[in-house]
Amino acid sequence: MNTQAVRAIYRFEMSRTARTILQSIVSPVISTALYFVVFGTAMGSHMGRTGGVSYGAFIVPGLVMMSLLTQSISNASLGIYMPKFMGTIYEVLSAPVSPFEIVCGYVGAAASKAMILGIIILGTARLFVPFEILHPVWMIAFLMLTTLTFSLFGFIIGIWADSFEKLSIVPSLIVTPLTFLGGSFYSINLLPPLWRKITLFNPIVYLINGFRWSFYDAADIAVGTSLALTLVFMAICLGVISWIFKTGYRLKR
Amino acid sequence: MTETDIDVPLPPAILVEGLTKTYASGFSALSGIDLSIRPGEIFALLGPNGAGKTTLISIICGIVTASTGRVTANGFDIAAQYRAARRQIGLVPQELTVGAFETVWNTVTFSRGLFGRTPDAAYIEQLLRDLSLWDKRDSKIVTLSGGMKRRVMIAKALSHQPSILFLDEPTAGVDVELRREMWEMVRRLRERGVTILLTTHYIEEAEEMADRIGVINRGQIVLVEEKTALMRKLGKTQLVLDVAPPCTELPSALDTWALERSEDGTTLTYTYDAQGADTGIADLIRAIGAAGFAIRGLQTRQSSLEDIFVSLVRSAS
Ligand SMILES: Nc1ncnc2c1ncn2[C@@H]1O[C@H](COP(=O)(O)OP(=O)(O)OP(=O)(O)O)[C@@H](O)[C@H]1O
Ligand SMILES: [Mg+2]
Repeated sequence: MNTQAVRAIYRFEMSRTARTILQSIVSPVISTALYFVVFGTAMGSHMGRTGGVSYGAFIVPGLVMMSLLTQSISNASLGIYMPKFMGTIYEVLSAPVSPFEIVCGYVGAAASKAMILGIIILGTARLFVPFEILHPVWMIAFLMLTTLTFSLFGFIIGIWADSFEKLSIVPSLIVTPLTFLGGSFYSINLLPPLWRKITLFNPIVYLINGFRWSFYDAADIAVGTSLALTLVFMAICLGVISWIFKTGYRLKR
Repeated sequence: MTETDIDVPLPPAILVEGLTKTYASGFSALSGIDLSIRPGEIFALLGPNGAGKTTLISIICGIVTASTGRVTANGFDIAAQYRAARRQIGLVPQELTVGAFETVWNTVTFSRGLFGRTPDAAYIEQLLRDLSLWDKRDSKIVTLSGGMKRRVMIAKALSHQPSILFLDEPTAGVDVELRREMWEMVRRLRERGVTILLTTHYIEEAEEMADRIGVINRGQIVLVEEKTALMRKLGKTQLVLDVAPPCTELPSALDTWALERSEDGTTLTYTYDAQGADTGIADLIRAIGAAGFAIRGLQTRQSSLEDIFVSLVRSAS
């Protein structure tokens, strides 16, 4: 195992964050704070209790999850896309590193960043609404699992993309809508039966559901299902990545 | 390679056997390359644009996958033993691809780590000093000039102390002074035992630097030769004679020398082998006088590597 290389990639990626601290941390925090102001504080005062907690508290897990997803994907996809775009990928390809080590470095850094950001956002949310976390260990577990899985997913997008448009198309056309429709702002039990059934095809529902359960011990769907589906998605991502390295897809000519 | 002898010779620094590459587009960039680079030598690979130089180097370094064939670096197979093989090699690619917002120090340190080496600040400092980059160590790469960026790429390639260095057109777009400096650096590296393979369009560079020269054209190695032997073997000497009155038609008495006549007839060129026992010059001069021409002036010139190269590439196409 070339741990020096993993460390080098990880540190390189983390220093990229440090250089772009404003973009990496501050702007998602501000936009999340805006959601709290609009949905949590302004609208929440007109809404009743949802899922057993105040509306403001109800949306906290969904909002954090939303940042985790978008940040994991954008960190990881940009992390591997930029070297491809600039041509500096040659160095990684010519180095004595295994695919596993490359993934550890890039995905590890992307997931760490997203996780730090998630915790910062949780802290920000605490300033607006009081809430408790009933299963903190599970909360952290879901946080880690989600950032890791979606960083893997972002890594795949970064390798697949050959333009900046493609880089943003999956996050903006698929992930963000699915997150909005995935019960970030409402309990899916409030939907009419048909829409509820359709919503169950949205994988993000399960993520948000599991994450919210770790906060309030209340869930629309069994938590085990949430966990299992996340793991399945992660396994699919790992499979795709190993195929990428085996075939050299979009990395080697 | 058999290992029955006690005195096992060093494996070639680079051994390429039956290498072919067909790109996804169906274009065949390399067709059957066999090449052996000796430890410690400077090998210059010459070839016109699109000959396959970069493709060959990229395959050896692991950036492009070969279609068929086998490559070893210091005896390590680049596929089966890729870790050991790649640790031997440093690469300075043709394109200036060197990041932007990192500092010189950080990017060179990154490269060293990537190749699995533990940090060594003293070595990196020496490297940057050798490449006149020490003053720029805290500068962001975007702020550097093109020549400086190229030095940074060299520093990155040397950061993990490789024993084989690939320089893909190291002096393209580099001013005369920096080119001299690079030649100097290459020589110093060779003294330390580093094997160097460089590609270039500047024949002058190969002539100046290389121990051996390979010529690649249309994906095939058309020649590999010691530089001195090559110059001796293929290098012809020419005698150029200015004659008066202008020679409108070569008299048949001069046929044995196969002279070339200039358009206006004022110069006659005789090409001969300077190593030959009898160059035939004395007889030629006498025969020209006998044919009624006066010799106004004469000069000799040796064909350069450039002429050799041009004639090789031309005859192959
Ligand atoms: N990714 C690719 N897909 C298809 N063809 C390619 C690809 N890369 C290179 N080629 C072709 O392969 C041939 C060899 O290219 P290569 O870059 O190895 O040449 P070169 O000898 O390095 O040329 P130069 O002196 O211009 O750098 C060229 O005809 C080039 O167009
Ligand atoms: Mg080239």
